[in-house]
Amino acid sequence: MKIAVCVKQIPDPATPYQLDPNTHLVVRPDEQILDDTDRYGIEVGLQLAAATNGTVVLVSMSPAGNLQGIRQALAMGADKGVHISGPALEGADAYVTASALAAAIREIPHDIIFCGQRAIDDDAGQVGSMLAELLGVPQITVVTKVEVEGASVKAIRPIEGAQLLIESPLPCVITAQKGLNEPRYASLPGIMKAKKKPVEVRDAAALGIPTDRKLNVLRLVPPPARALGKIISGDDQAAKAAALAKLLREEAKVI
Amino acid sequence: MAKGVWIVAEQRDGILRKVSFELAGAARKLADQLGEEVVAVLLGSGLNNIAGELAKYGADKIYVADNQIFEPYTTDAHAEAVAKAVREHEPSILLFGASSQGKDLSSRLAGKLATGLATDCTDLKIADGRMVAVRPMYAGKCFAEVVSAVNPQMASLRPNVFPAGEKPGAGDVINFDPGLDPALLKTKVLEVQKDAAGRVDLTEANTIVSGGRGMGGPDGYNVLEELATILNATVGASRAAVDSGWRPQKDQVGQTGKVVSPNLYIACGISGAIQHLAGMSSSKYIVAINKDSEAPIFTKADYGIVDDLFKVVPELVKECRKLLE
Repeated sequence: MKIAVCVKQIPDPATPYQLDPNTHLVVRPDEQILDDTDRYGIEVGLQLAAATNGTVVLVSMSPAGNLQGIRQALAMGADKGVHISGPALEGADAYVTASALAAAIREIPHDIIFCGQRAIDDDAGQVGSMLAELLGVPQITVVTKVEVEGASVKAIRPIEGAQLLIESPLPCVITAQKGLNEPRYASLPGIMKAKKKPVEVRDAAALGIPTDRKLNVLRLVPPPARALGKIISGDDQAAKAAALAKLLREEAKVI
Repeated sequence: MAKGVWIVAEQRDGILRKVSFELAGAARKLADQLGEEVVAVLLGSGLNNIAGELAKYGADKIYVADNQIFEPYTTDAHAEAVAKAVREHEPSILLFGASSQGKDLSSRLAGKLATGLATDCTDLKIADGRMVAVRPMYAGKCFAEVVSAVNPQMASLRPNVFPAGEKPGAGDVINFDPGLDPALLKTKVLEVQKDAAGRVDLTEANTIVSGGRGMGGPDGYNVLEELATILNATVGASRAAVDSGWRPQKDQVGQTGKVVSPNLYIACGISGAIQHLAGMSSSKYIVAINKDSEAPIFTKADYGIVDDLFKVVPELVKECRKLLE
């Protein structure tokens, strides 16, 4: 099978962020990392490729960086990468991102496409579905199990209080969530090999991607302040529990 | 000229879901500011008797498409039907619940309609005639105020954050037939396996009792289960507890699990990593019980007890039982 896996490089969540005064978004540093959520999609792609003697091509869109995040995904075992780049992609929203991925994926053979269900930086969770729409293929989102049988795929999608077993013809877009699999760690040989694997760079302008943002960020604000909480102190655990129950009942009125 | 604040109501088994009433309430407020009407779209099979309920919460008009093709929910059928109605009537705003179904549908539609969608919003306002949606980003480290450049301006609303509508709307029920071509429907739901009866889903719970690494193992949760039973709550877990195999994945609260917003969230033995806070900090009241007074969870807590949870929670069980039984 020809498998495409969309991956995103993000600024390391453990580092402080710098904001771009124009887009009000985080400045993308040169060194970025692979979004953790993408690992589930890469893993399922690699397993499927192994079972079908297939290939895994990573497709990524980002305006800058030294491709370290993509190399991390290649180190897990993917065959090659396609990276869509260009200044017009600065501050891209979900629609521009999905348009870029769709343009690149149209040019490569693909039987199935995996994405992470949402990136942990902007947390929007839209790109997978938009990509499916732009490619004109079905989607199954936020899944915990995937099985390909011939020209169709069955996936389990948990919803509130139930699990759905959904079937779709191929090609389709599947978004993966934690619980789908246990993503492998990159091996040392894998990391060495990844340095030499091809990453094709595609220019956004040459692909003719519409780069007008549909969603603009007006500004970023601090999270709403929460009033300083009450610490119930004392040595007697029963008394503290009683005080808490009383506050929840009489002050908060939530029990 | 685009006009109308639209909501896509959500029902399951012929019962409207609570988030639909929250959508109607949020839409009513926006519509009153804009001088526009609130329109609900309701898709399903056998629905006429429930459409009117949406009026009580603020809907002026309810477009009902009653057809077997909409049951069970599929992205294909619902996205195509809503897109047809939107193209015909050109609403200015289109709101969804940030539920499993709402997130799946809204993102597909935003692609179809080539417009801007703000996901999992916690606040909405109007500025210069446009909808400003407020949503957490970067694991809740900041909130972004976003505006769609085109119509309809789309947003999905975090369940349990917006109050259900209090002001009724005119409530005209209008049946429509989107005339879908069945050949367009590619995906099929082969099976719906309901979770064992009992506790409601974390994302819909009014009260959550949640445990983390401090629970020490799967047996530690027995005391939380006991407290949850008395409080009619659902039990949640941190990523650490799920990754240790103490609780199933579906119990995980946090950025890579479920985003919850209950009235009361009781965090036991949870230190409060930023990814966990991202999943629960819009809860109305937060209680933290943890041995470590430096645990970040206390910065979000309304009430905190710095102590051994295995000593405090059993006492809390007794106290709650006295109050509630």
